[in-house]
Amino acid sequence: MSYLEIENMSKVYSTKKGDFQVLQNINLSIERGEFVSLIGHSGCGKSTILNIVAGLEKATTGQVILDGAPVTGPGPDRGVVFQNYSLLPWFSVWENVYEVVDAVFRDRSKDEKKAIVERYLTVVGLWNHRHKRPDEISGGMKQRAAIARAFAVGPQVLLLDEPFGALDALTRATLQDELVTLMKPTEDSSVDGGPNSGTDTVIMVTHDIDEAIFLSDRIVVMTNGPSATIETIINVPIKRPRVRRDVLHDPVYNELKEELLEYLHGSPVISR
Amino acid sequence: MSEQMEQSVNRTVLSARRLALPSHWMNGLMNVLRKSGYLVGSMALLILLWEVASRLSGQVLPGPVITLGIFWELISNPFYNYGPNDKGIALQFTASLQRVFAGFLLGAIVAVPLGIVMGAVPFCRKLFDPIVQVLRPVSPLAWFPIGLAAFQSVGPATIFIIFITSLWPTVVNTAFGVSSIPKDHRNVAAVFRFSKWKYLTKVLFPYTLPHILTGLRLSLGIAWMVIVAAEMLSGGTGIGFFVWDSWNALSVERVIAAIVLIGLVGLLLDRVFYYIEQRFKYGG
Repeated sequence: MSYLEIENMSKVYSTKKGDFQVLQNINLSIERGEFVSLIGHSGCGKSTILNIVAGLEKATTGQVILDGAPVTGPGPDRGVVFQNYSLLPWFSVWENVYEVVDAVFRDRSKDEKKAIVERYLTVVGLWNHRHKRPDEISGGMKQRAAIARAFAVGPQVLLLDEPFGALDALTRATLQDELVTLMKPTEDSSVDGGPNSGTDTVIMVTHDIDEAIFLSDRIVVMTNGPSATIETIINVPIKRPRVRRDVLHDPVYNELKEELLEYLHGSPVISR
Repeated sequence: MSEQMEQSVNRTVLSARRLALPSHWMNGLMNVLRKSGYLVGSMALLILLWEVASRLSGQVLPGPVITLGIFWELISNPFYNYGPNDKGIALQFTASLQRVFAGFLLGAIVAVPLGIVMGAVPFCRKLFDPIVQVLRPVSPLAWFPIGLAAFQSVGPATIFIIFITSLWPTVVNTAFGVSSIPKDHRNVAAVFRFSKWKYLTKVLFPYTLPHILTGLRLSLGIAWMVIVAAEMLSGGTGIGFFVWDSWNALSVERVIAAIVLIGLVGLLLDRVFYYIEQRFKYGG
């Protein structure tokens, strides 16, 4: 059995006009250490899949099994980076990370918890901005804080819901690179594994083809909703570590992009 | 020689500072002037209308000049105490403010937790909401006999009226604040498994605080309005009693002077609370 299994998942919302089937027959196996992207048009339920894996929503049928145990609710073993950052606006950047570390590592000492916060805020380059509140920093910095918060609790799986969607292209590229750095095991493993948290399994929802190719090992293409399901799964055979410039010149990159564009925009199923 | 030089240096520094002041201060000054301009204008309009009304009524309504005299008389000797029925205006206000704050604080102690429970637990909201909706529109004075019956004394009965009327805005605002906590914030607490206590103190309370403060400000405003009426009934001391006593002494000037003071104190209370409210606002 794989590290993370999504089995026969379907989701039906009850509305006043009757039942509305968002997802049906979703089956997906993810190995430990894999980076998997879910891509598709808006309304295809890709965020719903993520929310169900996170435990924030319940599947109508089917289940999610992580490391052999079924997911029953939200928990810090599945760190979430929300689309709109979801920092608590009354706290500083430091407090936003600290409160979460404090909630998850209840039995650790205050100094240990502070050290964890410092390590992750330093990794994402926010240590000098730690006293600022979310309304005082840019969108890119907010998302860095949210990423630091998710990594700080050392989740087994990281769930990213269109994490860079609201950012400009330059910031997006920088943050993608930083994400790759955070995931990569570092040579300095003396301090609790260094900046790396041990988190290496990721599910990311996106509608950015370039982002999906650059970051993923596999890309799950969704059909259009309602009753969306998995259309196909594309492997990304570009070796790691990936450097942005090299990836862009890799002939495989363009082939994959063509293929994805074909699936997303070329198929006659789409009626827009 | 060196002393002279030092002095001249000091003078240069000083004058440089003086030169640096205007651009920064002028803006602030102009702002204050513009704002106070409107205040002066609106006060002038009020006094003018008052004068006209007074003349039209054939001095039954005393004019601003004569009232101002009485007003001055009241506030120039505010602390005298010539027995139970003749006390300075400051003593009357102190008595009223004490009752208002006693009732208001008791109200807040009950209203904030009640509002939080109603906002957080749908079962409690459904259970308590009809009670709130029925009791909220009841006139404060209708509670007075209940207060008298319960406490057998005028003082506590007056505080009881303030308590019962200052409950509702805080309950309603707090409940609304709690029930409108964004899903994002609740999701964060869920994903990172915040304890109940952490959720209460680090998410629910900070988010709801501005709503609570708005509720408290409205409650205090109502309490200040109700105290005058309550003291007219209860008698003894307080600004409401003062107004009624002045009317019985056929001194409409004193009534009007008291109204002006009541308005000013009410405004002051509101401003103080408004300031506190702004302090606890956070950016999005």
